[in-house]
Amino acid sequence: MGLSIPAAAQIRALSDTPIPELPALLVPALGETLAMVGIVMLIVVALGTPIAVALHNMAPGGLYEHRGTYSVLSWIVNIGRSLPFLVLMAAIVPFTRFVTGTNIGIAAAVVPMSLAGIPFFARLVENCLREVPRSVTAAARASGGSPLQIIRSAQLGEAVPAILGGLTINTIAMIEYSAIAGTIGAGGIGYVAVTYGYQRFDQTVMLATVILLIVMVTVVQLTGDALVRATTPHLRRRA
Amino acid sequence: MISLKNLTKVYGHGDKSVTVLDNLEIDVATGEILAIVGPSGAGKSTLAQCINLLERPTSGQVIVNGEDLARLPERKLRVARRRIGTVFQSASLLSRRTAAENIALPLQYLGVTPAETKARVAELLDRVGLSHRANHYPFELSGGQLQRVGIARALALRPSVLLSDEATSGLDPETTRSVVSLLRQLRDDLDLAVVFITHEMDTVLHVADSAARLENGRITEQGSLVDLLTDHDSALGRALQPRLSPADPGAGSRAWHVTYDSRTVPADWLQRVSADLGEPVALLAATIQSIDGTSTGNATVGLHAPEPRAAAAFALHGLRAVPREAAAPEARTASAPRSSEELQWA
Repeated sequence: MGLSIPAAAQIRALSDTPIPELPALLVPALGETLAMVGIVMLIVVALGTPIAVALHNMAPGGLYEHRGTYSVLSWIVNIGRSLPFLVLMAAIVPFTRFVTGTNIGIAAAVVPMSLAGIPFFARLVENCLREVPRSVTAAARASGGSPLQIIRSAQLGEAVPAILGGLTINTIAMIEYSAIAGTIGAGGIGYVAVTYGYQRFDQTVMLATVILLIVMVTVVQLTGDALVRATTPHLRRRA
Repeated sequence: MISLKNLTKVYGHGDKSVTVLDNLEIDVATGEILAIVGPSGAGKSTLAQCINLLERPTSGQVIVNGEDLARLPERKLRVARRRIGTVFQSASLLSRRTAAENIALPLQYLGVTPAETKARVAELLDRVGLSHRANHYPFELSGGQLQRVGIARALALRPSVLLSDEATSGLDPETTRSVVSLLRQLRDDLDLAVVFITHEMDTVLHVADSAARLENGRITEQGSLVDLLTDHDSALGRALQPRLSPADPGAGSRAWHVTYDSRTVPADWLQRVSADLGEPVALLAATIQSIDGTSTGNATVGLHAPEPRAAAAFALHGLRAVPREAAAPEARTASAPRSSEELQWA
């Protein structure tokens, strides 16, 4: 899944890319970044949330209190959180190749990004669940709820605004990781920024990618904030 | 009705084990409100969790309507919990659900159809006087209204036992009174056995029919409110009485502490004792109230008559009188403001 660099841009090599040619360069890159982050976030939410719920409820005082399993799970999550993304990405290349059959391109970037994103999101959500007052879970239990019903309505349900806040943070972190992944050939904005802006001193492309990243992160943050407001009764009513 | 038999809860194992509840025997009949009082750390919250089976007792039985629930397997226990409604201390409502949606929670868990749920929730809202707040979120409700929603939720599955775990703690006196009168009303209407756990002594007089004192995991005293209040040896009875700051008896006069010693003290005892002693008896402080139709109370009076004669005059009317200096626990200048908890358990 290589990057289609217009011939004109290649010829110009060490001079700046003319502004009219920027869209042809940036639009496909933006698409690749969005695809990478989108796929990764789906995986992260799908796997990170159950891990967070498990961590929260196996911790002392949880619905399935189990110190041993909690320690093991917590330890695994910590490993995922310990490695700087660049190191993680390099370290798991054999695994990535085993899973995707390749070590370049979007598919190959998704594996390390997910492995970094899942434990990150799990910790964020675990924190959100911890903020829900214990008495709420107790009341749900006293109301005759099954563990699944309690987790859904009293734990995750109550933490929705906080989780959306965490999701926003996580998505922005994944945009950042996608740029790092870009340097090993995953494409996307990061790849363009490094190959044009850094390696060829193309200031126009550099500036354009910076602006594009700022806009992307701002849009994600504003969307996240709006979702938090929409799901928090006292913020919604006042607005 | 609910009975706790030999209820014991031990945390930890071996040398490190702590016995939080020690062989409790408690019975609450249908239509009865039992207040369980005790200082912080006495085991009240553990007891609450054993009653609604959020914690399994280490040994002993929790019998509701003849069935022991303490030993049921987990799945059946979940069903059994529905027979016991619990009202928690504030902040146990789901903040993202309206009052009506919060009350509907137990019904949704049970799998009741939306139409039935809606009807039942409307009925419950009406019962707790909150029909006009159905679509309000918890942040829009006052402390008393939040507790009413909590009560309605606890009643959603028509339990036969209602457990109030510090439900009025932290509410202002007026709100406490309204919540308490609602609980009494519901007890009458729905034939509930109510266990009312609190650390607030003042509330007990207004809500309970009987009271038990929990200290260090043991029931040290229990009985009907009237018995406790007319029993001079009852520390719990004394603690339940409001503390008074008597006026000064005046020169030459002596202060006496008078307590109701029988269930048939005449209402005009002050006049009668005055007449018997041939001197006007001064009333310096008094609190008299009717508990289940029986007058109970205590008073401080000032008079000149010599000790044996005065004591006899009071005894004639079912009162017990002790010269104030001798009435040790009450002989305290109550001018210094102290927290109510400290006052109760001092």
